[in-house]
Amino acid sequence: MTKYDELTEFLLRLGDSALIHAQRLCEWTGRAPALEEEMGMMNVGLDLVGQARNWYEYAAERINDGTDADTLAFRRDERAFRNLLLVEQPNGDFAVTMTKQFFYDAWQFHLLTMLKDAGDERIAAIATKSLKEVTYHLRRSSQWVERLGDGTEESHQRMEKAIDTVWRFTFELVEKSDAELVLSESGNIPALSELPEQWLATVNNVFAKATLTVPDEPSAFYLSARTGMHSEHLGMLLAEMQFLQRAYPDASW
Amino acid sequence: MPAGELIATDQQGRSGGEADIQYAYSVLEEVMDPEVPVVSVMDLGIVRDISWADGHLFVVVTPTYSGCPATEYIETSIRDALQNAGFSHPKVAQRLDPAWTTDWINEQGRNRLKAYGIAPPVGSSSKRSLLSGITPVECPNCGSEDTEQLSEFGSTACKSLYRCKFCLEPFDYFKCI
Repeated sequence: MTKYDELTEFLLRLGDSALIHAQRLCEWTGRAPALEEEMGMMNVGLDLVGQARNWYEYAAERINDGTDADTLAFRRDERAFRNLLLVEQPNGDFAVTMTKQFFYDAWQFHLLTMLKDAGDERIAAIATKSLKEVTYHLRRSSQWVERLGDGTEESHQRMEKAIDTVWRFTFELVEKSDAELVLSESGNIPALSELPEQWLATVNNVFAKATLTVPDEPSAFYLSARTGMHSEHLGMLLAEMQFLQRAYPDASW
Repeated sequence: MPAGELIATDQQGRSGGEADIQYAYSVLEEVMDPEVPVVSVMDLGIVRDISWADGHLFVVVTPTYSGCPATEYIETSIRDALQNAGFSHPKVAQRLDPAWTTDWINEQGRNRLKAYGIAPPVGSSSKRSLLSGITPVECPNCGSEDTEQLSEFGSTACKSLYRCKFCLEPFDYFKCI
């Protein structure tokens, strides 16, 4: 399925995940439970759109056929997207949104911490910059998970339900990848072998404080972001996100 | 380089030396942030370098937040200001590494933020201060340290929302990153 080399695919995995997660956050505009949280979600989304753009610009330079960041965001079909299955899942209630946010933040936090020392200088620079923002995101989502998990009986139940809803998609956050092994052997990125353990340690730590139960290790199933086999939700998300550029190509403000 | 640019370099009629660079810096002291119009791009520390490259003034800018919508506006403002000051074809380039930090905001910028009603970043940025977030923030209105955070985010990504428990005024705090 893959069209590009491992490094470009890896950049798309990072960029697509940030963009799709940001798009989901934007869906909360005008609907968030509190004005402060709406601003919080929009600002996190804004950081992620900026990060996606940085990854896309690098990917576009590598693809080098006239593709730019906008083409990657707005002119690719579902099967070409490499975002994590987790981030394309519907927002559900605030508990589901925060659970997704926390799982994704923890994954980004540990991944970017490793990529700060990447042999590829461009990756190291983008990771260093993004990590500052993601550290703040993780702080916020961890606090929310604790507050809701260790809150009222209802908030606790909703969190348990939210975890049940999205946990199965987290297998992608803890899977080992041959492509990434190739990239670390060639010196582009550091070895990511400890990423799964570190991610799980953060989840364990925060869930313990939140009085939430960590489910058993998730197992892989037939969907996979690496091959563009997405859940049905991504297509609908793209239909909305890409509408303007598809209907009116090259429209600008 | 297109032929036209060869003719219209920024050195035309100028020495193209150190004095011009100092002049360019002074021009940028007057280019204000669009969101917080009391601090200049020099105060914020986002102008990292000004030099001469192939007869053009070459300005290196490090953006604050990855998604900051003001980034492009600021780059355009810098270019416009330099053109108005007589540098006909200044080049503005982005540099991501090292990443921008609030530690680069100068003393004048901090004082200006405070006078504008925005609490300047407290202490220096470090991973620990980002993760814990436990630092007393002084109210820019009355100076009390008896303040509390209302929200992790304020009106823009670079700020969070606080309230002073002494004078009861809400205020923005420029986050430390």
